Amino acid sequence: MTLAVDIAVVWAFIIAFAVFVYVVMDGFDLGLGLLFPLFPAKAERDVIMNSVAPVWDGNETWLVLGGGGMMAAFPLAYSVLMPALYTPIIAMLIGLIFRGVAFEFRWRTEARRNFWDVAFAGGSLLAALAQGVALGAILQGIHVEGRQYAGGWWDWLTPFSILTGISLVVGYALLGATWLVLKTEGELRDRAYHLCWYLLFAMLAAIGAVSIATPFLHIQYAQRWFTWPNVLLTAPVPILVAVVTMLLLRSLADRQDSRPFLLSLTLFALSYAGLGISMYPYIVPQSITIWQAAAPENSQIFMLFGVAVLIPLILAYTGWAYWVFRGKVRAGAGYH
Amino acid sequence: MMVPPMSWDLNAVDLARAQFAFTMAFHIVFPAFSIGLASYLAVLEALWLWTGREVFINLFNYWLKIFAVAFGMGVVSGIVMSYQFGTNWSVFADRTGPVIGPLMAYEVLTAFFLEAGFLGVMLFGLERVGHRLHFFATLMVAIGTLVSAFWILSANSWMQTPTGYAVNADGQFVAADWLKVIFNPSFPYRLIHMVLAAYLTTALVVGAVGAFHLARDPHIAGARVMFSMAMWMATLVAPIQIIAGDQHGLNTLAHQPVKIMAIEGHFQSHQHGAPLYLFGLPNEKAAKVKYAIEIPKVGSLILKHSLDAPMSGLDTVPRENWPPVPIPFWSFRIMVGMGFLMFGLGLLSLWARWRGTLYELRWLHLFAMAMGPAGFVAVIAGWVTTETGRQPFTVYGLLRTAESASPLAAPAVGSSLVAFVIVYFVVFATGAIYLLRLMANPPSPAEAGPTRDVPARAGGITPAIESVVR
Repeated sequence: MTLAVDIAVVWAFIIAFAVFVYVVMDGFDLGLGLLFPLFPAKAERDVIMNSVAPVWDGNETWLVLGGGGMMAAFPLAYSVLMPALYTPIIAMLIGLIFRGVAFEFRWRTEARRNFWDVAFAGGSLLAALAQGVALGAILQGIHVEGRQYAGGWWDWLTPFSILTGISLVVGYALLGATWLVLKTEGELRDRAYHLCWYLLFAMLAAIGAVSIATPFLHIQYAQRWFTWPNVLLTAPVPILVAVVTMLLLRSLADRQDSRPFLLSLTLFALSYAGLGISMYPYIVPQSITIWQAAAPENSQIFMLFGVAVLIPLILAYTGWAYWVFRGKVRAGAGYH
Repeated sequence: MMVPPMSWDLNAVDLARAQFAFTMAFHIVFPAFSIGLASYLAVLEALWLWTGREVFINLFNYWLKIFAVAFGMGVVSGIVMSYQFGTNWSVFADRTGPVIGPLMAYEVLTAFFLEAGFLGVMLFGLERVGHRLHFFATLMVAIGTLVSAFWILSANSWMQTPTGYAVNADGQFVAADWLKVIFNPSFPYRLIHMVLAAYLTTALVVGAVGAFHLARDPHIAGARVMFSMAMWMATLVAPIQIIAGDQHGLNTLAHQPVKIMAIEGHFQSHQHGAPLYLFGLPNEKAAKVKYAIEIPKVGSLILKHSLDAPMSGLDTVPRENWPPVPIPFWSFRIMVGMGFLMFGLGLLSLWARWRGTLYELRWLHLFAMAMGPAGFVAVIAGWVTTETGRQPFTVYGLLRTAESASPLAAPAVGSSLVAFVIVYFVVFATGAIYLLRLMANPPSPAEAGPTRDVPARAGGITPAIESVVR
């Protein structure tokens, strides 16, 4: 019995890890789509696109692992959350279709390149917004009866979910801008630096707004964050956010190309840890815990063998792919 | 409101089925093509490394650009599939998640990451990592596509022929024996049949493109090589596929006899040999095949390898367990018809090769061009046969389709269906045009890969590669 409990927690961390890797990896490449309208020149767009062309597909695979892994390890949670988030999930999928094919299609047509540029930006915006909305909808709670979702198909839409939607868009845009600082040079990098300032302050405002709104959703969230001795565990999160923000501001001022991206990722990690603190041990907040949702032990153990061997391997060869395409992306021969 | 509430419920399930069928029919053509094409690219690169002949790297680069576009479309349409189990089929996901969820998770871990992780290097990395490592990347992508087929077909086959399971207190299927779950009775047959189908599908596309360029100029080296390779594939694999299909059919007869009754149009039982209906209009109300063109006793000959073997018909099956007979009846005949046309193309090309006229025979090239889409038609028809043939169940005999769907109102499912139809036609029709445009360009003697002006080099073969070329 104790073994079962441990494995459900292990799996909660594995799924949380997969979703986090997805959020930061696809986050910056969705962010590039969000920033696309601000870089109208074709040559700049080519560089932006090429900075992720070799890796975007692997980034998106983490989304499939998050979804597929949840169906396997927490089938009850998967089967409750997906119908509850029906509209945002469908919107996200459609957004991902447009932006995904744009990576190839925009190189295959002169006449319609503009259309696929708009598809890349619009698809990225739709996907990012939908993911943020879905997050808000999960946090605010979902109506469950028996083993099924029991709400309507517009329950997800509230001021809070719109707030989280906009917040994630802002966060992804910051990741995208700091990625451009890392991967480009010259005027393009200068403009990316400029954008980072605005986006960082917008991101801090978003973190603040979501942090203030969340405890008002459920008394449990407030108790989790503000009662003694929980404060010992929760207080470091906002303190670290402040520290990372200071470092990030300095790295922007000093123009150290590689640091803003890494520090923005850290900011995401801290926000994510905050979400985890609010939600644990629920996988569907306030109705289904990770133990209630867990697949039978033998399913989770069967997959654990694969995960233990394969995730390190995946991280290794994914890291290698990033290493192969390391360094600044330069504009094509036809551009000066 | 004229519509009673019952029909709303019914509609939500039908709409969810329509959505799955529609998105699946679009999705399946991409993996079918990319499984075959990834292996073909690995063979081309191996031949180039081995022989140093320029034509192989040119063909590699030519098909690599096509692969990139097709693979991208496969990825985005595949993500839709992986979420659809939850959005539209949540009860199914809850009940079967502990058994087929891990199979799909293994697909992601062993296949999707492998493909995606090495795809970037395969597409853009030849100049950065060197030939051997690049070939390794190509090989990993090709292996990834095959491993993906392994897991997803295992999951699908378990739904068709479930074994190695138990049912827990929550009504969930749980694994009692993972080996029996993975290697369930229909899995080996389905895997072989599908992988061969993918290879044939790709060979027919490659052959059609080769024929198209040969018809204009029979001296284009790349067109000759690709046409010859594709025709070898059709010659050798089409007959193997017919045998594999026959074996798969016998396996289905053993485990899903009702599917075979529907495919054969056997409404009645036959005690002394069942007929083979070549054509006809199956009518479920009348429980007979109207306007049938039949060959007596050949149905038994094919399925039981004996003219007089008795065969049970749908009259032995409760009406509520019938699949929609006309659909598998017709889709099966389309698939088999395509298979025999492929076999014919293979034989004709062998004859032309023997006569030394493979690159000149205009009618052969026209036939090969007409057969370009035949693999896709056969794959879709085959999937329609197997998926409608196991209705009205999602897990065969155990979980009914009507009881598998999400608790969603029909308008929700209907709106998303309309959205997918519009988006898929815009996106995939455009993609098909771009693919055809790439294929309409003849393979050139200095074919560039998908290098996209980055880094500064404008693509083409590198000095290092030129030195290997003889």
